[in-house]
Amino acid sequence: MQLSVNLKKRLSANFALDVKFSIPPGVTMLFGASGSGKTTLLRCVAGLIRPDSGQIKIGERILFDSDARADVPVPQRKIGLLFQSLALFPHLSVAKNIEYGLDGLDRSQARRRTEDILKSFRISGVRKHRPNEISSGERQRVALARALVTDPRVLMLDEPLSALDYPTQSQIIDDLRAWNADRDIPILYVTHSQREVFALGERVISLENGRILSQGTPQHVLEAPTHESLAQLAGFENFFDAAVVSINHDSGTMLCRLEGAATQVEVPLSRVEIGSKIRIAIRAGDIIIAGEFPRALSARNVVPAKIISLKREGAMIIAEIDAGKTFEVHLTPGACESLALKPERQVWLVIKTHSWRLVVRTTVSAG
Amino acid sequence: MDWLAILLSLKLSSLVCGFLLIIGTPIAYWVTFSTWRWKFLIESVVALPIVLPPTVLGFYILVAIGSQSPIGRAWAVWSGHGLAFTFEGLVIASILYSLPFAVQPMAVAFSQVDRQLMEASSVLGASTLRTFIRVILPLSINGVITGAVLSFAHTMGEFGVVLMVGGNIPGVTRTVSIAIYDEVQGLDYAAANKTALLLLLFSFVVLSIVYGINRKSWAVWPLRR
Repeated sequence: MQLSVNLKKRLSANFALDVKFSIPPGVTMLFGASGSGKTTLLRCVAGLIRPDSGQIKIGERILFDSDARADVPVPQRKIGLLFQSLALFPHLSVAKNIEYGLDGLDRSQARRRTEDILKSFRISGVRKHRPNEISSGERQRVALARALVTDPRVLMLDEPLSALDYPTQSQIIDDLRAWNADRDIPILYVTHSQREVFALGERVISLENGRILSQGTPQHVLEAPTHESLAQLAGFENFFDAAVVSINHDSGTMLCRLEGAATQVEVPLSRVEIGSKIRIAIRAGDIIIAGEFPRALSARNVVPAKIISLKREGAMIIAEIDAGKTFEVHLTPGACESLALKPERQVWLVIKTHSWRLVVRTTVSAG
Repeated sequence: MDWLAILLSLKLSSLVCGFLLIIGTPIAYWVTFSTWRWKFLIESVVALPIVLPPTVLGFYILVAIGSQSPIGRAWAVWSGHGLAFTFEGLVIASILYSLPFAVQPMAVAFSQVDRQLMEASSVLGASTLRTFIRVILPLSINGVITGAVLSFAHTMGEFGVVLMVGGNIPGVTRTVSIAIYDEVQGLDYAAANKTALLLLLFSFVVLSIVYGINRKSWAVWPLRR
């Protein structure tokens, strides 16, 4: 059973959701910055927002179809939705919260289902407590159990674990995976955290400005981001316009000159011609600073540079370095000290060819 | 003290309070959740008794339920007598007169319920009615109690509307406030003082209850959201 979504929804003059995708059983991450339309998308699938046009299906079951004028009411959609706020009923006990969706069942059956899920999410001990009397981790579990006890056809989670510490998070996710092992429903997990994407998802769909930028495995989408905005999200701090100077097919590399500077760098080969303008990106943590000109080095890019400024942020030093263009480089305070780095000091930047990414400059705007 | 009038007022207030819970709840729900663009017109109509002089309201109710009106005639055919200057007429008039006092606190309480709880309920398969009974109502019970108490108390104290619609028939339409007026007219200040004091104490107790259970909001005419 898979969830197929193809919809358009205009929310304001400069924001419209326009997506088409389908997700198989298992965990799919929906990744994007705030305001990218993630929550709107979930609400459309749940039926809380009516799309302007399109179709939403679970397997062959149509939930919404603008052409056929089909729009299944929210209570009949059989979708599990975990709100970011959890939306637990404050006046009901944990057990009553979970039983809430089992209205159609007879009492003893509802009891048993509730007891079972209380046990599998390890919250039996707080069954009589109100939501404000339990810990935030327990609250997440209650909300999850409440959504799952109804046996939904699809589960959607809106940044459910962002408020929790990492061990609690991964424990809850393990429980969720165990629960889904024999049910095998599609789970759509919304997040803006890169770490969650890698830790939890088998697949990822990345969303920006209401459109899908790319989809695939987390490695595919985040490790080699092809869109600048995605690269920014994924921790690429340095972006440069460059022109291709020469292409070396044998080594699979090409030489580029940074625009507005004499600096040349070697980057991975891509399907471009000599002279074409490209945009390249590199993470601040992937650049090495050398105090003197390094020799016998595998890295192909050694660029003379001068330190502009050093700024401490937590356990990290952020260096601004002039190498024709301004680079941002991250290093540890220890490294900074042993190299005796200070503004104006001459250094060399060492960059591996394959640390560079080619990015398509996105001018994705709404509409 | 005119015990007959006091008992009549209590009976009238209880009936009005009961009817207003039944009629006022759906109106309050609609006022809160409707997205109809002309909703404000209905809100104004519901709130009208607050600003209207009771005599004006009473006059139009009298015309509306009088023997010349369709309502008055239909009632006469059904019950054998007219509505004006009867207890039934008084009940109808009092319901209209106290409507905003029941609807407003309920509407405010409903609007303060977190929308996401209602959405969660709906996603979990609950109908609108079930969501109302199991989520909205329990979370706005203070507003409902406030509405009930205020409409009860407001009916206890009404004067102008009663005089216009009910007249002054002992045991039928003579309520406490009319009795006080009568006693003053008859220069029986001692009796008037006793009845008035009773009403004063009653009003104080009622308002204390309302503010006590509902400390955060202005109970009579709260600001919306």
